[in-house]
Amino acid sequence: MKATRRDAIKTTGAFATLVSLGIITQAQANAAVTHDSFAVKSVEDALKAIGGQAASSDQVSVVSPDIAENGAVVPVGATSKLANTTEIYLIVEKNPTPLSAGFMIPAGTVADVQTRLKMGQSTNVIAIVKADGKLYSATKETKVTLGGCGG
Amino acid sequence: MADPMRIRAALAGDETTVRVLMSHPMETGTRKDAAGATIPAHFIKDVEATHNGKSVLKAMFSGSVSQNPFLSFKFKGAAKGDKVTVKWTDNKGASRTDEATIA
Repeated sequence: MKATRRDAIKTTGAFATLVSLGIITQAQANAAVTHDSFAVKSVEDALKAIGGQAASSDQVSVVSPDIAENGAVVPVGATSKLANTTEIYLIVEKNPTPLSAGFMIPAGTVADVQTRLKMGQSTNVIAIVKADGKLYSATKETKVTLGGCGG
Repeated sequence: MADPMRIRAALAGDETTVRVLMSHPMETGTRKDAAGATIPAHFIKDVEATHNGKSVLKAMFSGSVSQNPFLSFKFKGAAKGDKVTVKWTDNKGASRTDEATIA
């Protein structure tokens, strides 16, 4: 993208207006998850990219095995019983890029997703759920007997 | 062109369960080959599933999703015989679209 000074002023101006009108809150404005967010190297940065700290909630659950034999293919899922769940993120704490997958849940879709992730070593798996604009999380430990990020 | 996806969509009650198996190497960009050279990253970035033209799930993946990614989700409001379309795009710009009929 060619970013001229004029464009920069225009877009920041428009954004500032939206924020000041309260159409989007500051937190939401900062929490635009892009593909760059998936390249961050630490859990803290991943949380920052998603939009801050998440409160632990028993309505959110991580579905992953206690012991995974093969770290290259670990079935991981997340479910949320919170109403208006709009986003689900899966974070593998000890991976080089912890933020592994994000799911946008439109109305009508059940907040219950499953996929398969790679894990380099035994680690905590964190599910972050965004419901009604707030963040909730759940954590589960998975032990890996054979890492999946080596080579 | 990558191999086709395997998509299963089954209606149970009012929920449709969609299971997708994509065919993709999902290289993280941190692995090294036998000669010690880094294998460049090559992974699916975006997945979008649509039903009757309406988006039912969007997913963003990173390199830490397993090879040949599996994805399962549930949504409401579909009928038997409807089509579910899944499209993925990878970090090299390649994409693939496949559809399945809800059984």
